[in-house]
Amino acid sequence: MSLPAIAITKLVKRFGDSTVLQDIDLEIPEGKVSCLIGPSGSGKSTLLRCLAFLEESTSGMITINGEALGFFETPNGKRERLPDTQIRAVRAKTGMVFQQFNLWPHMTALGNVSEALKTVHKLPKRQAEERAMAQLRKVGLENRANHYPSQLSGGQQQRVAIARALALEPKIMLFDEPTSALDPELTGEVLNVMRDLAAEGMTMVVVTHEIGFAATVANQISFLDHGRLLFSGPPSEIFAKPRHPRLDQFLDTYLDRGASMLA
Amino acid sequence: MTLKLFTLLLQAAISTVAISLISIAVGFAIAILISAAMISKKPIYVFPARLFVSFFRGVPLLVQLLLIYTLLPVIGLNVPSIVAAIVGMSLCTAAYQAENLRGGFESVPRGLIEAAEVTGLNPRQTFFRIRVPIALRLTFPALINEAIMILKSSSLVSVVGIIELTKMAQDLASSTYLPIPIFATAGLIYLVINSAVALIGRFAERSLGGAST
Ligand SMILES: Nc1ncnc2c1ncn2[C@@H]1O[C@H](COP(=O)(O)OP(=O)(O)OP(=O)(O)O)[C@@H](O)[C@H]1O
Ligand SMILES: [Mg+2]
Repeated sequence: MSLPAIAITKLVKRFGDSTVLQDIDLEIPEGKVSCLIGPSGSGKSTLLRCLAFLEESTSGMITINGEALGFFETPNGKRERLPDTQIRAVRAKTGMVFQQFNLWPHMTALGNVSEALKTVHKLPKRQAEERAMAQLRKVGLENRANHYPSQLSGGQQQRVAIARALALEPKIMLFDEPTSALDPELTGEVLNVMRDLAAEGMTMVVVTHEIGFAATVANQISFLDHGRLLFSGPPSEIFAKPRHPRLDQFLDTYLDRGASMLA
Repeated sequence: MTLKLFTLLLQAAISTVAISLISIAVGFAIAILISAAMISKKPIYVFPARLFVSFFRGVPLLVQLLLIYTLLPVIGLNVPSIVAAIVGMSLCTAAYQAENLRGGFESVPRGLIEAAEVTGLNPRQTFFRIRVPIALRLTFPALINEAIMILKSSSLVSVVGIIELTKMAQDLASSTYLPIPIFATAGLIYLVINSAVALIGRFAERSLGGAST
């Protein structure tokens, strides 16, 4: 068995008094697509944000390619915050795509994709832009390089956001409902880019309500409910009948095009 | 209204514009620091920044100018009155601009800052590359307003002995006994300058149009 891309052990996240994630244990295999599904408020985004270190967990541990992210916990429960340089190095292994795209409005598509290459990786402008352009080509937006986000459709913006993350050559891509803010006719172009990425062997963690995408692309589906990971497994197992009653209930409420095929 | 009088007014208008523009620019640089302190969430920065803003917004500019003009020599700084004028105006506009910018910084969507964080920008890079330019675009109209306010308030620097447009008009009016054409011309010059500022502002805003949120 090779090292999992991500290993989550006994992860707990509290906001004040409310426990949003409770004892999450999950391994995400390398080169596979792992989807997180579950009702609204179940903690999917919070879990993903912990993986991106946008939220700091309360206890438990996350390792990325075997390296601890943010905190190190000894078996007897002592918890240490790792030095910032190390946190930055481990974080650099992941790229994140947000529901709201979050492109910087004052930069063109090319500017968005090349920004970190220039400011963080200190590449010369020309080289950074060449690499950025290659990523834009990959998501089919070479001819939109000089457009500002406000001049792009939602689907195009999200593809630029994916290119921005890919430009930094992450080992793992994290997606938080990448198509939820899109008009239905624009979700396809984004899902296609994600399918291509999966086919190339990128490790992906995808929070999604697109049950159809999850059922056809994911290698692993994890179901979260009230901050707990109820179960996790390949789609064939997860969706096979008889299903867990909570999942049945969930599928009933999210019965979309994708889910209806499983009904 | 002779050509000679008009030339004198124009020369004084140059002082008005120069003092105002320098003060706006210096004030802007100070305002970036003050507003950064205000949003830092660290009391040791927030408190002095707030104090600065309340003082310079709460005390009339005229009083500030007189205070600075009389205070500087006491602390051993014998600077020309033009410097005192620029210091006073800069500090005053810094307070207003800082408050504008703080509002701008706070309305930069959190997600844009998180996007910078996950792409590896450190807090300083995030501040200068992401927060400042976006906040600037959001507060640009307020900045143009402030520039116009400062141009008009600059008539107050005559109390520290600077001959700017208003003071020149006053002097000429009393020496020529032609107050109405002279004041009317001075007013017109202010109007032209401020219209130009507003126009440049509108133009700059439009050229940033593609980049608006
Ligand atoms: N910063 C925060 N402070 C306090 N509570 C929070 C915070 N962020 C999230 N929560 C709470 O944590 C719970 C889980 O939120 P989360 O956003 O992870 O859910 P989700 O599964 O992504 O839901 P959705 O499908 O609606 O996006 C919710 O009850 C939410 O109110
Ligand atoms: Mg969510």
